[in-house]
Amino acid sequence: MRFLIIYAIGLIFGMGIIFGGMANPAKVLNFFDIAGTWDPSLAFVMGGALGVTALGYRFVLRRPSPRLAEAFHLPTLMRVDPTLIAGSAAFGVGWGLAGFCPGGALPAIGTLDASVLIFTGAMIVGIIGAKLAKGRIPDGATV
Amino acid sequence: MPTDFTPFASLGGGILIGIASVLLMANFGRVMGATGILAGFLMPTNRDDWAWRASLLAGMVSAPALYWLVSGQSVVVQVPVSTIAMIIGGLIVGVGVTFGGGCTSGHGVCGIARLSPRSIVATVVFMIAAVATVYVTRHVIGGAI
Repeated sequence: MRFLIIYAIGLIFGMGIIFGGMANPAKVLNFFDIAGTWDPSLAFVMGGALGVTALGYRFVLRRPSPRLAEAFHLPTLMRVDPTLIAGSAAFGVGWGLAGFCPGGALPAIGTLDASVLIFTGAMIVGIIGAKLAKGRIPDGATV
Repeated sequence: MPTDFTPFASLGGGILIGIASVLLMANFGRVMGATGILAGFLMPTNRDDWAWRASLLAGMVSAPALYWLVSGQSVVVQVPVSTIAMIIGGLIVGVGVTFGGGCTSGHGVCGIARLSPRSIVATVVFMIAAVATVYVTRHVIGGAI
């Protein structure tokens, strides 16, 4: 039952990505192309997602614990450091090259489109390589 | 390759992403961050921790099939860049989100929703970097990538 609920949550997220247009690199890249074929749609995805989450979290995080788990797992690291900035800048460059972010690519895997599989494979190599290179990334740093 | 402006579909999609994020936190106390979920799935710490991540990812991957069942249409995936750009982009995204500690969903949605200073800075940085990258590839180099 527990895993069925989590599966359903993943499905809702994936449907949101698809309806939002984030599983389509052409649309994502056009959002970034302000000087060219600009498509502002993704601002509506971000706005909708952020609005609902900010409102929902206000009520949820006031509770002592989640319904089906012992505790809330929230990132504990608060400090803005050079690693955060360099890593995020690199992510933005990669996102601008390929048009996929991790949350856009994962649901798109289900289309079995060759480019999605190639991108995701390369991204997994990057994640594992970076984890190994960095050693252990401090707990609470990843969201 | 121009794409249609879809404010209503995109807002609806965003609301679904928000609902999923709130449900995951309310029931399981977890942040809906694609980076963290995937990284923990690839390098699990224990069986239970792996199982919920696998279930969530299975749900995400099933979405195109559900979309097809409901609408009768395939999910549109248009890739206006070369395979080399997908490979290099994928590698850089993987390294970047690992050092940056999150991506659009984790920092841009869940982190900003909690007003986390790290997430606000990360989101501003990766958005500017993405816009700058597309500007260079499309308007400076001239779409050679």
